[in-house]
Amino acid sequence: MSTTRVDARGLSCPQPVVLTNRAIEAGAEILEVLVDNEVSKENVLRLAKRHGLQTSFREEGPDIVIEIKK
Amino acid sequence: MANPLASRTGIIVVGCAIGVMATLLQYFGNPPNMGICVACFERDIAGALGLHRAGVVQYIRPEIVGFVIGAFLAALIAKEYRPRGGSAPLVRFFLGVFAMIGALVFLGCPWRALLRLAGGDWNAVTGLAGLATGIGVGVVFLKSGYSLGRAQPQKAASGYLFPVFMAGLFLLVAFQVTFAEGGPIFFSQKGPGSQHAPLLISLGAGLLVGAIAQRSRFCTMGALRDVILLRDFHLMSGVAALLVAATVMNLALGQFKPGFAGQPVAQTDHIWNFLGMALAGLAFALAGGCPGRQLFLSGEGDLDAGIFALGMIVGAGVSHNFNMASSPAGAAAFGPAGVIVGLIFCLAVGFAMRETSR
Repeated sequence: MSTTRVDARGLSCPQPVVLTNRAIEAGAEILEVLVDNEVSKENVLRLAKRHGLQTSFREEGPDIVIEIKK
Repeated sequence: MANPLASRTGIIVVGCAIGVMATLLQYFGNPPNMGICVACFERDIAGALGLHRAGVVQYIRPEIVGFVIGAFLAALIAKEYRPRGGSAPLVRFFLGVFAMIGALVFLGCPWRALLRLAGGDWNAVTGLAGLATGIGVGVVFLKSGYSLGRAQPQKAASGYLFPVFMAGLFLLVAFQVTFAEGGPIFFSQKGPGSQHAPLLISLGAGLLVGAIAQRSRFCTMGALRDVILLRDFHLMSGVAALLVAATVMNLALGQFKPGFAGQPVAQTDHIWNFLGMALAGLAFALAGGCPGRQLFLSGEGDLDAGIFALGMIVGAGVSHNFNMASSPAGAAAFGPAGVIVGLIFCLAVGFAMRETSR
C-alpha cells in the first residue's frame, strides 16, 4: 500500500485539515500528516475520527507525524 | 498531554464561562450588551491612544490586555508557546484594518453579535447572517486552495513583544498617565468609553478568558467555518453555549430587553449591518480567526496574529477619523464606501492568494 504524505507544517488553521480532508477524499490508503503544533494535531485527529479512520501519532523532532489508516 | 478543555465538553464549559463572565462584566459596569467585544474594546484602546478622537469611545480596556497575557501564560504552562511568523504579514495587517471597518459599521465583533442577541437586540440577527455569509465566501476560497503561506519559527523573544506591549498598555490605564494637557491618554467622560467594570475585575476576567480560550481554541469564526466547510460542530457547540449562558444570565440580571429600536450601541440599518459583518467575516476567514482568537494566538507566539490585531487597532482609527463607524443614528456617511472598498480588497486577496499547485 502506498503512503501519501501531507506536509502541513507552518500552515495556519484550517489548512492542515483542508489538505488532510482532500487527501482522504482522494482515496489515500495510508496517510502521513506532518504538523508542527498541538492545535493542528487535535484538528487533524478529530477530522480522521469523523471519517471513522484509525489514527496514531509520533513525535519527530519538533514536528508531529500523524498516521491515518482505514 | 491531556487537554480536557479541547474536548467537546471542554469547549461547552468554556463557552458557558465566557457567556457568564461577559454578562457579569456588564453588571459590573461595562456597556450594555458589550460585556466583551474585541472590536469595540480595541477601538476604545485606539481612542485612548489618540489614534481617533471620538470622545465617547476612549478607554484602555484591561480585558484585551488580559486576553493576550492570559493566553500567553496558559501557552507557556502547557508548553505550547511557539513563536512563529512570516505568513504574509502585510496582507494580514490590511485584513485587520478592513475587518475593523466592517465590524464598526455593525458595531461589534462576532462575540458582541452573540451578546447583543443574548440581550434581545434583534439587529444582531442580520449581523450574524452577514458574518456567516462572509465566512461562507471565505470557505469557497479555502476550498479552491487559498493560503497566505507558511509561517516560520521565530526566536523565542520575538513572541514576548505583544504580551509586553499589552502589559505596557495596562500600566498606562493603571496609572492614568497624561502626556500633555488635554492630550493622551484619553479617557471618555461620557458614552460607552466611560462605562467600565473596575480595573482589576476587567483584568481578571480577561486573564481567565484568555487562558481558557487558549486551551480550548475557542473561535467564533472557526465555529461557523467548520460547520460550513466540514460539517464539524465542535467549535459551534462552544459558541452555542456562550449564547445560551449569556441569555440566561441576562434574564436573571434583568439585562434582557428585546426589540430592534433603541438598542444600546447599535443601529438599525439592516443592509449595512449585514454587509459590514459580511466584510468582517470574510476578513476573519481569510486571516484564520475571529478577533478574539487572533489575540489568543498572538499571546501564544503567533506574530502574524499580532499584526492582524494591530491592523484592527489602526483600522479603528481609520474608521472613526474617516467617518465610517456607525452611531446609534445609523450608518455613517463613508461607512458603505469603506465596506465596499474592503470587500473588493478581501475578494482580491482571496483570488490572488490561491496556491497554483493542487
